[in-house]
Amino acid sequence: MKVFMLGWEFPPFISGGLGTACYGLTRAMDQLGMEVTFVLPKIVESSYATHVKLLSPNSWVSSASFTLSEFKNVRFHAISSALQPYTTPDSYRFQIEETLRQKQKALGLSLSGAGQITRGDDYSTDMYTEVHRYAALAVELAKHEQFDIVHAHDWMTYPAGIAVSAFTEKPLIVHVHSTEFDRSGENVNQTIYDIERQGMERANKVITVSHFTRSTVINRYGISSDKVEVVYNGVERNGNWSLAETGIKKDEKLVLFLGRITMQKGPEYFLHAAKKVLELMDDVKFVMVGSGDMMNRSIEMAAELGIGHKVLFTGFLRGEDVQKIYQMADLYVMPSVSEPFGIAPLEALNNNVPVIISKQSGVSEVLTHALKVDFWDTNEIANKMIAVLKYPPLQETLASHGNFEVRKLRWKDAAAKCIKIYEETLVAV
Amino acid sequence: MPSVCFYFQVHQPMRLRHYTVFDQNDYYFDDYKNASICRKVANKCYLPANRLILDLINRFDGRFKVAYSITGVLLEQLLTFSPEVMSTFDALAETGCVEFLAETYYHSLSFLYSRNEFVEQVNKHTETINKYFGQKPRIFRNTELIYNNELATLIESTGNFDAIITEGADHILGYRSPNFVYKPKDCKHLKLLLKNYALSDDIAFRFSNRAWTQWPLTADKFAQWISDVNGNGNVVNLFMDYETFGEHQWEDTGIFDFMRHLPVTVLRHPDNNFKTPSEVVDSYQPVGIVDVPHVISWADIERDLSAWVGNAMQSNAIHELYRLEKKIKQTANEQIISDWRKLQVSDHFYYMCTKYFADGDVHKYFNPYNSPYDSYINFMNVLGNLNSRCSKTSEKQAASPTPQQKATKRFLQAGSHINKPSDLQTITPCAPANQD
Repeated sequence: MKVFMLGWEFPPFISGGLGTACYGLTRAMDQLGMEVTFVLPKIVESSYATHVKLLSPNSWVSSASFTLSEFKNVRFHAISSALQPYTTPDSYRFQIEETLRQKQKALGLSLSGAGQITRGDDYSTDMYTEVHRYAALAVELAKHEQFDIVHAHDWMTYPAGIAVSAFTEKPLIVHVHSTEFDRSGENVNQTIYDIERQGMERANKVITVSHFTRSTVINRYGISSDKVEVVYNGVERNGNWSLAETGIKKDEKLVLFLGRITMQKGPEYFLHAAKKVLELMDDVKFVMVGSGDMMNRSIEMAAELGIGHKVLFTGFLRGEDVQKIYQMADLYVMPSVSEPFGIAPLEALNNNVPVIISKQSGVSEVLTHALKVDFWDTNEIANKMIAVLKYPPLQETLASHGNFEVRKLRWKDAAAKCIKIYEETLVAV
Repeated sequence: MPSVCFYFQVHQPMRLRHYTVFDQNDYYFDDYKNASICRKVANKCYLPANRLILDLINRFDGRFKVAYSITGVLLEQLLTFSPEVMSTFDALAETGCVEFLAETYYHSLSFLYSRNEFVEQVNKHTETINKYFGQKPRIFRNTELIYNNELATLIESTGNFDAIITEGADHILGYRSPNFVYKPKDCKHLKLLLKNYALSDDIAFRFSNRAWTQWPLTADKFAQWISDVNGNGNVVNLFMDYETFGEHQWEDTGIFDFMRHLPVTVLRHPDNNFKTPSEVVDSYQPVGIVDVPHVISWADIERDLSAWVGNAMQSNAIHELYRLEKKIKQTANEQIISDWRKLQVSDHFYYMCTKYFADGDVHKYFNPYNSPYDSYINFMNVLGNLNSRCSKTSEKQAASPTPQQKATKRFLQAGSHINKPSDLQTITPCAPANQD
């Protein structure tokens, strides 16, 4: 069996849980011997060529095919497109202008030497048009590939998934990592909702990352429940970092918020709880790692609450820096308003950091050794923050039991379940 | 000729209310929850079960007997929330076929952490039982049947008791049978009654389990198992939670009908009879010495303390609690002392158990918390407030001691750890429990 996977960013370019999930799932499928054609949108950068081995420049779709040494059974195709996870129509427009400016600079230098072919009319300045352009390019690519099933991750790839499935008459699986209701609350963007709904309706099976999301898919998108399956995310275990190496002395407790600073993640509840903690404790710092459309508002809010000196904003961190911050942290807090899954708490536990998670998250379905709160109950969040910081036995028990628990959440099991769903779908077709 | 000796544990904790670190109020208990659980258990278990036992005692004209151990914290709740249950216990006490056992008033683990506190709680309980039921208990059972050689020595040294009840754990008995009376190591006259956990658990845990090969368990079948002991034991000790009737095993499992028919089937065999623990102690001589250097209990498969002090949170919470003892007692404030003691109820620590948490099981029974972590946080917040009350009280005292406080202080300096006048009173010997 071979799968045509419409996925997202790969390390070291990961900007959030969606990329992490695509990477973890595909890696585990690879290890299980599953053949995967992995297609992702990518703005071609000059630095890109050093990480990958180019197989062939595919001039007809302006894409680059490559393999990564750690993947045996996966071939990658980067379609030149400006689509990125977590963009909104507005941020897309801003971003595309920025990218085009940079590209023009870079083009003159080394890019042509890397065998990339980019046309001036590559990207559409409207996100919806770009989504459909991407779909057309994906079909072009699919014409030259052999596969049995199409697997598309999140809404921007659903049109591509539908098109490829229709053209090749192969069954379609859509994987829902988040919905418009998670991202925008009740103020849904109708166009995006329609695309999501169409993807789910046209799919032979819908995979959701939690029962939380499954019920959204059933209740708010009207998808028949027998078509929707839950596959929990996993977490990569790589425990090779040494604590001593961070070189940071700490005399203060550190409470971590790590995620995109957007409405969905509840940064304001984190700050309000922080304010309450600081009323009773002094030796605490709150670190907000990530960026997003509420970042500036959050910085202002910290100042308004009079705790500006106690809250640090690091911006977006990658790779090793993320590991370092986990090692420094005493507590990780995820006060998400709506969280389909939430991989970050698993990573925190992987690093022996205890977690407080909102009950409104998919990950709370799989974690028992975590403190759970309603995102709006800042009193209770603060109460639990203080308890973890004040009582080492609580911190230790949560961390050690939680660490043990996340070992059971393996991408291998997620991949195996996906493969089982493929098989069932293929039998049904 | 096996005697059947029933003893029922009757206990409900006082559950704490949701208490955050921001709370300042010094009332810690969830009256609504405690009242509703107390009434619920009263209606499903205590009232129908007491009526049944009373009926059986009357029907068999004194040949059916049982024993109860009722904790002080439950008695307080029954008096407030379900006084009708108290009158049915009164009626049982008056039959002369019911024995009441002694334990720690607060269903605490104090034996393990403070011997002074332990003795005070046992005395308080003995006195309370005497007050309500007119019996001075002769048999001691420790919280959760926690036991070791030291406990036996300590209990014997009080001079108040004839025997101790504990678990007939395999690892202390080896090849020996729990169906005899034993003697604790290093004790002269004290005797040891051991729970026959196999037969007890057949009723308490397996009764309604349809996967069990012996299901359904009928009174006839069970009476046969008891008669099988004939010639190979003197007594079958059936010790269990009273909530087995109607709560752990719901009424529709037939548990009440089982109990209704058990006496007649047991007594059908002429060699069988029912005895209270005191009668067992009077009737049978010890057949051997049981040596228990390490602490045992009746909990889980491990029969150890891991359900209460098995993880770092439990251990921390209980140590912090008993570390306050001196400070608490120095306040001589009855309310503070009583609150501190109610925090000693073993259930608070049981709720913090992470042992089987992920699987979900018996530890969830009437557990007011969603997780052991929530329970630890709540407990520590309450303890924090209690601690600050002590500090405040002692500051006040230091500022202007009243004559009474001065007296208390002198009294405490004199080396006594006894905190309340009521605890000082020696228990006046009363009429021995009605026994035939």
